[in-house]
Amino acid sequence: MEGYNYTIWIVLLPFLVFLVVGTGSLRIRPIVAGWIGTGSILITLALSLMCAWNYFGAGAPEGGWQTLIPYDMVWLRFNDTLQVHMGILLDPISVMMLVVISVVSSMVHIYSLGYMKGEAGFARYYAFLSLFSFSMYGLVLATNLFQIYFFWELVGISSYLLIGFYYDRHSAVAAAKKAFIVTRFADFGFMIGILLLSWYTGTFDFATLTSPDGAAIAKAASVSFMGASVLTWALVLIFIGGAGKSAMFPLHIWLPDAMEGPTPVSALIHAATMVVAGVYLVARLFPLYIFGDATALEVVAWTGAFTSLFAAIIALTQEDIKRVLAYSTMSQIGYMMLALGVSGSGGEEGLGYTASMFHLFTHAMFKALLFLGAGAVIHAVHSNLMDGMGGLRRYLPLTHASFLVACLAIAGIPPFAGFFSKDEILAAALHKDPVLFGTALLVAGLTALYMFRLYFRIFWGENKSYAHPPHEAPATMWVPLMILAALSALVGFIPFGEYVSPDRLPHASHLDMSIAITATAVSVLGILTAMWLYRKPSGVPARISGGLGALYRAAYRKFYIDEIYMGVTKNILFKGISSPVAWFDRHVVDGAMNGIGWVTARVSKEIKGLQSGHVQQYALGFMLGVLALVFVFIFWLKQ
Amino acid sequence: MIPGVSLLEILTVSTLMFFIGVYGFVTRKNLITVLMSLELILNGAAINFAAFNKYLYPGQPDGQFFTLFLIAVAAAEVALAIAIVINLYRRILSVDVDNVNTLKH
Amino acid sequence: MEKIIFYILSATILLLSLFSVTSRRLLRSAVYLFGVLSAVAGFYFLIGYHFLGAVQLTIYAGGIVVLIIFSILLTHEIDHQMEQPGLIRSLGAGALCFAGAAMMINLLANNPFQRQELAEQSDINTLGTLLLSSGDGGFLLPFELVSILLLAAMIGGIVIAKYTLGGGKEKNEKPTP
Repeated sequence: MEGYNYTIWIVLLPFLVFLVVGTGSLRIRPIVAGWIGTGSILITLALSLMCAWNYFGAGAPEGGWQTLIPYDMVWLRFNDTLQVHMGILLDPISVMMLVVISVVSSMVHIYSLGYMKGEAGFARYYAFLSLFSFSMYGLVLATNLFQIYFFWELVGISSYLLIGFYYDRHSAVAAAKKAFIVTRFADFGFMIGILLLSWYTGTFDFATLTSPDGAAIAKAASVSFMGASVLTWALVLIFIGGAGKSAMFPLHIWLPDAMEGPTPVSALIHAATMVVAGVYLVARLFPLYIFGDATALEVVAWTGAFTSLFAAIIALTQEDIKRVLAYSTMSQIGYMMLALGVSGSGGEEGLGYTASMFHLFTHAMFKALLFLGAGAVIHAVHSNLMDGMGGLRRYLPLTHASFLVACLAIAGIPPFAGFFSKDEILAAALHKDPVLFGTALLVAGLTALYMFRLYFRIFWGENKSYAHPPHEAPATMWVPLMILAALSALVGFIPFGEYVSPDRLPHASHLDMSIAITATAVSVLGILTAMWLYRKPSGVPARISGGLGALYRAAYRKFYIDEIYMGVTKNILFKGISSPVAWFDRHVVDGAMNGIGWVTARVSKEIKGLQSGHVQQYALGFMLGVLALVFVFIFWLKQ
Repeated sequence: MIPGVSLLEILTVSTLMFFIGVYGFVTRKNLITVLMSLELILNGAAINFAAFNKYLYPGQPDGQFFTLFLIAVAAAEVALAIAIVINLYRRILSVDVDNVNTLKH
Repeated sequence: MEKIIFYILSATILLLSLFSVTSRRLLRSAVYLFGVLSAVAGFYFLIGYHFLGAVQLTIYAGGIVVLIIFSILLTHEIDHQMEQPGLIRSLGAGALCFAGAAMMINLLANNPFQRQELAEQSDINTLGTLLLSSGDGGFLLPFELVSILLLAAMIGGIVIAKYTLGGGKEKNEKPTP
């Protein structure tokens, strides 16, 4: 406990930078703002790594990894029982998240120095990035539900601000609003879940809620509501919040549009860190999910499985490289959710939990790398669309190499990182349910297919002629790419089971050979298919998509989910609810108000003549009044 | 005390005088005649003071003093009012009450 | 004898008051007013308040009426005839005044006035002493207040009369005819 006092600075430093750079964004020079932001995030990277080293380096104590709370203060004191704390909680998953966030955030900060160079609002960009880092650190280090909700909304705000960074572009503004409204809608479920849970347990605190004896939540589990216990309802509602943030079907519609933001932002927020907050939330409350009946976890598992398949199919058809990556992110997060959903409480059963966190970790590395690589490609050819690309491997050798590493990692080819985590997920899924396993395996093949479709169409394929010959990115951009490529290649060898497991006890990781071989074979099949289709320009892809007809068109239009939402919103919400309410407001409420005003105006108009300014009329009125008073009080009332 | 004349008779005269003044005040259009009506009203009140003093409280001359002060105040008021009337006449060439309705604004 | 004089004075007061508020000629109106004020002074003399009567004559009849006549002469042609007030207006005002007078007289007739039987003190010596004494029954404070009021009225009259259209800066500006 003593040695972790510096962790407070991990949270506070980005916040201070946000205040300084944010308030002075118009005065300080852009490059100074960039270096302040980058410098501070590098300090938090050092602190996070130091924290991880201190925490994990000593080995697991007797009885499993401890939960440490270096800071805890009362933030809001409503009364003696209702108090809201703010603090810092260190346990295996929060320390792991610290490492993920600080690494990806540092890489993105450095990368942005080159990518965003010369953009208007450069200082503002760094202020928002710092705000996001602050919120994300606060979120993962939260000690209680209220704090996590607080920072949950803050990351939502940062995401909104960064998606709408190019606020003079109509589509960016629309995307920012969409992201904000959809996640807000989901957060409403989260909030109700928090309220339910804290009402029945009387606490926000994670340590109390997740204590192994389950005393705090027994009450919530015993109360039944509409055929399920209150605990299950609360957990499903909290999962809705997580699903909104993590872009699970059907709340996923904001994520592809969020690609309107600058590409490094997509890498940081919409690929590596914020969107996995939902996974982190479920993992954080995992003992509750285990304690409750199986319903909530099944919801998690099936939502994850469906989303991963659904998103993978859409990713096959998209033309915009950032959108392919966005759907790929959704698919991979679905994978993590699936792994959490199939997990048990400990031992061999708990493999899914470990696998999910492991995949979160590796995915953050190679997905950030993919986005940053895509950013380098966009930087070079000034376009998002794959049609305009081809043969870029000759122009961008470094980007090409790192991108290939990332594709191999996400496809799950040994020895790259994705192989290990994906293998664990598949093993966990097989353990639980063959259908889920089959889905996951299919998704693994599709992942390899759409990633290498992307890869071959960008870097191989037809040699396009470019108006400006593409050139390799500057050092500020390719150095992070190289670092992330090295990490993507190597982090798979971390013995994750030693560190992260639902019962906090170290477990030796081992590869299940039959699953590993099957999965690798499926991935290689996907890669070979992609190679056959896209390595050289050919008419085969067009013929296949033509043959599929309606199915292809549906996938290309993202299965019309956006249209369904718009239809529901327009026809049911706007026409059915909002319009009558607006009519009522305009005609009844406003009408009453206007009526009062009209009556007042008319009456004053009528009696305006009395205020003639003629002294004699006033005197007459005065006399009349006096006589009336005399009459009333002396003659009438005296009788 | 006037032999054979009751207080009520005097008060009746002063009341009538007062209301004649009120009538003039309300009906007259010329500022100067309005002023004159005002004098009638004041005199009606002044007669009352003197009559009460004479008939009801002869031990002290308070009523006379009030009448005196009333005359002094009336003199001051008339002096100011005449100044205003003349100034007004210089401005709008009229002393008609109907033309002086700036109170409206 | 006094009774007859009182009735004559009363008749004079009421009739001349009526003429004064109804006459169409301004100057005649002022002259009628002069008659009313003189009759009131006569009433004061009749009830033995000689000092009051003298003051009424000098200040009211002698001062105020003269001021009013001056102002009439300054602002009107001598033979200017005022228009009559409208019928509705005069009838309405008359009805109102009649009702008010009737109410007041009714009230006065039914009110039992109590007379204090005390020796009368109304000679000029007593008046002068009391007016300048600050003790019991003395009127020094109102006396001083009236002196301040008169001073203020004097200054006010000068300021208002001096005020011209040009803001009072042009000294010898002639009044616009």
